[in-house]
Amino acid sequence: MFARGLKRKCAEDDEAAAVPAYSLQRQSLLDMSLVKLQLCHMLVEPNLCRSVLIANTVRQIREEMTQDGSWRVAAPQAAERAPLDRLVSTELLCRSAQAGAPGPASGNPAAELCAGPTAQAPGGPSSSVDEGADPRGDRGSFQKSLDQIFETLESKSPGCVDELLADVDSSYYDLDAVLTGMVGSAQSAHDGLEALPPPAAPAGAGCRSDLGEPDHVVEILVET
Amino acid sequence: MEEDIDTRKINNSFLRDHSYATEADIISTVEFNHTGELLATGDKGGRVVIFQREQESKNQVHRRGEYNVYSTFQSHEPEFDYLKSLEIEEKINKIRWLPQQNAAYFLLSTNDKTVKLWKVSERDKRPEGYNLKDEEGRLRDPATITSLRVPVLRPMDLMVEAAPRRVFANAHTYHINSISVNSDYETYMSADDLRINLWNFEITNQSFSILSWGPRTGWLERRVLSSFQPHQCRNLYLLSYPKHLLAWHHQQAQPRVFEEPEDPSNRSFFSEIISSISDVKFSHSGRYIMTRDYLTVKVWDLNMENRPIETYQVHDYLRSKLCSLYENDCIFDKFECVWNGSDSVIMTGSYNNFFRMFDRNTKRDVTLEASRENSKPRAILKPRKVCVGGKRRKDEISVDSLDFSKKILHTAWHPSENIIAVAATNNLYIFQDKVN
Repeated sequence: MFARGLKRKCAEDDEAAAVPAYSLQRQSLLDMSLVKLQLCHMLVEPNLCRSVLIANTVRQIREEMTQDGSWRVAAPQAAERAPLDRLVSTELLCRSAQAGAPGPASGNPAAELCAGPTAQAPGGPSSSVDEGADPRGDRGSFQKSLDQIFETLESKSPGCVDELLADVDSSYYDLDAVLTGMVGSAQSAHDGLEALPPPAAPAGAGCRSDLGEPDHVVEILVET
Repeated sequence: MEEDIDTRKINNSFLRDHSYATEADIISTVEFNHTGELLATGDKGGRVVIFQREQESKNQVHRRGEYNVYSTFQSHEPEFDYLKSLEIEEKINKIRWLPQQNAAYFLLSTNDKTVKLWKVSERDKRPEGYNLKDEEGRLRDPATITSLRVPVLRPMDLMVEAAPRRVFANAHTYHINSISVNSDYETYMSADDLRINLWNFEITNQSFSILSWGPRTGWLERRVLSSFQPHQCRNLYLLSYPKHLLAWHHQQAQPRVFEEPEDPSNRSFFSEIISSISDVKFSHSGRYIMTRDYLTVKVWDLNMENRPIETYQVHDYLRSKLCSLYENDCIFDKFECVWNGSDSVIMTGSYNNFFRMFDRNTKRDVTLEASRENSKPRAILKPRKVCVGGKRRKDEISVDSLDFSKKILHTAWHPSENIIAVAATNNLYIFQDKVN
C-alpha cells in the first residue's frame, strides 16, 4: 500500500508537495488504527497487548497532529455524518464515560471499549476511509471524542523506572518473606501458604480476578 | 562466494530427518523436555502431541534417534465465557515439562485461561487371573469359585496414557502467555498481560498474585507484560514490556531496567510496535538474556543494562514494509527465540517458512527454509537468501514474493545436541546435525 513506513517530518518541510501526502498517509493510518480497535466485536477476547500498541499508535498520531496544528475540532456536521463515524464516536464516548468509574463487571477494558452497539455500519469498516466526504468534517466528531479519552490518561514519559512502577502492586514485596521460604525449600512451601490469610472470595470461587472489586480486595488482603 | 563458504561452516550440515504433518491444526508451541528425549507440541485445536526419540540401536546405525509419536491427547477444549459472551480458545499457548522424578512424565499445558498438569505414563503389563471376574471382565458367581489364586502381571503391548492431574483455573483475566516451573518443583507461575500468579501444584483453588497492574491504569498505557521467565537458580524474574526489559530479584525493591537508547533517526509511528519484545530467554549459563523484537534479536549481559552486547538483524528488509505489515496485522506477530545447548548459537523464525541462525562466536548467520518442496528427507538444507534490491540472483527470493502467511513463530533446540524442532504452520520439522 505505501512505499515506505511513515516517518516524522518537521513542520517546516520545504517540500510542499510531500506534506499533504504525508498528512493523508497519517490520517489513513489513524483511520486504520481506529478500525482495528473497533474490530474487537470478535467472538474471542482480543489480545490486550495488540490493543495497547494500537492505542498507543493512535495517541502518537494525535500528539503529532496536535503539534502540527492539524488536530482541529471542526464544526460538527450534524446531519451528514457517516454512520460508521457515529458508531466510533459513540463507543469512544462510552469509554470516556466509564473511564472514571470503578472496575465494571467484566473487568476487561477491551470489552468495555466495545460494549457499545454491535451493529456495523452498512458499508462495513472500509467506509471509514471515505474519499468522497470531507475528511476534516467527518473526523471532527470522533476527534473530539478522542480528546476526551486521552484527557483521562496520565501522560508518562518513557524510560523512568519510578513511573513504570507507579502502578505495580505492592503485594509482591509483602510476599517476599513467603517467597523466600517457598522457593528452594520444599518444607516451608506449605507452611508459607497456610500462614497467609485465605482470599476473601467464597470457597468455590477460588481467586477470581476478573472482577474489578475482588481484585482490590485480594491485593489489600495480601498486604496485611 | 565467500558468504556461501561461511554459512556452510556453521550449520549447513543440518539434515532434514523427519517431518510429521499434523492433520488439522496450526502448531502453537514446541518444547523439548530436560533430557531432549521427548518433544511436546501444542496446537490450535487444544491437542498435545508428544514425540519420543528412538533409542539408537546398533542394527540401524543410520537411524540416529528419530522422533516418533509417543502420545496424543486433547488437553483443552473450547469454552464459552458466559459472563463476557466471549469464546475461550482451546489453543495451547505454552507447554512446560517438569523434571522427571519417576517413571511417569509430567507437563503443564495452558490455553488463554486455564493451566493443566498432565501425567503421561506407560503401561506394559496387565493383571490376569482375577478370582471374581473372568477373562472378559464379567463377574463370576461367587458360588462357583472353588479355589483362590493370586493374579499375576503379564506383559501387554505398550500403552501410553495421559491423564489430567490438576486443573488450575479462574485466576487470569487476560490471556496467559507464559508459565514457568520454579526451582523447588513444588510451585510454578503463570503470567498474563497484567498479572503473574504463583501456584502450588497441590492447590488448584488458590493462587497468589505476585505482580499485577489494575486494569484501569494498565489498559491504554504503554506497559503490558508480554512474557516472563524466572531463572532457575537465581530467582531472577524477567518481565518484558513492550520496549523495556525488567530483571527483578524478588528480594530487591526495584527491578533493573534493560533499555537501549532509541535511535532518533529511525523513529516512526511503528517504532514502539517493532521494539516491543515478543520473547525473552535466559541463556543456559544464566549470564545472558536474549530478547526478540519484530526485526532483531538482541543479547544482553545481565550486568549491563544500558545496551545489548549483541544485536542481530533477522529480516531488516521488512523495515520499509512496516505500514503494510501493520495493515495485515503481521507486525504483531510474536516470534520466539532459542539458545542452543552451549549458548553459542541462537535461532529464531521469520516469514516464508524461513528461520535464521546466528553463531555468536563466528558472527556468521544463515537463513534456512522449512518446507517440503525445498528439501528432501536426509538432504542437507540449502541456505536461502532474500534479495533486497537490485538484481535478483538465481536462488534468491525477492522481498515482495515472501509469503507472510507462512511464519515460523515457534522453534525449539534440544538441550544438549544439535537437534532443532521448527513449527511451520501445521507442520513440524525436526532437523539434526550431520555427524561424520
